[in-house]
Amino acid sequence: MSNTVTIKFFARLRETLDTDSLDLPVESGTTVADLIRTLASRGSPWDTLDGDRSVMIAVNQTMARPSQPVSAGDEVALFPPVTGG
Amino acid sequence: MIRIQTEDFEIGRETDALADDGQSGAIATFTGLVRASGDRQDVRALFLEHYPGMTESVIEDLIAQASERWSINAVRVIHRVGELALGERIVFVGVTSAHRGDAFAACEFLMDALKTSAPFWKKEITADGTSHWVEQKDSDRRKADDWQAG
Repeated sequence: MSNTVTIKFFARLRETLDTDSLDLPVESGTTVADLIRTLASRGSPWDTLDGDRSVMIAVNQTMARPSQPVSAGDEVALFPPVTGG
Repeated sequence: MIRIQTEDFEIGRETDALADDGQSGAIATFTGLVRASGDRQDVRALFLEHYPGMTESVIEDLIAQASERWSINAVRVIHRVGELALGERIVFVGVTSAHRGDAFAACEFLMDALKTSAPFWKKEITADGTSHWVEQKDSDRRKADDWQAG
């Protein structure tokens, strides 16, 4: 089994990053905040993720906090506040 | 019953589909439309994106919350995605209940909660051809929070 999580991006984030999905390796204890820091370390435009408090997080399609640990095979989603209806 | 779709819907047909065998004395419905002025003026269309899978489970959870708070019988939620022109229908929420109070309240709760919890995003396309993602409104946030408080 792969040791990666899939990260999905939606709406404004998907356009800013020009990516709708990517895979990142995880180790025991990796949190969503760790994943965001790893992405931000890639430089522009990824560094916009670091410190953006408006970014919402879902893990396996349930809302989550940055401190949530993730495991291989999880689906993590990052997106702006929702505006449907 | 939850549907996420690009196609239009008919209010009358969806309302009729909520009618049942005499247990309900009330049907409350809400329909949301695309209007010309939102965050920007001269809006000529909206583009709606969602998170397939999570959208449906969030709405199912909101319906479960509504069912715990009010005595309701049937619920239909329809939300369109893709590009929608001015005046087009975006969203439909319909609730049946024995009494109108529960039907009105559950319908309003579902609509308010949907606007801040369900993973849909709107982009306004203006007459000059540019497009801008709609920002979440504090007023929508407050309406959803008020249901939690009250």
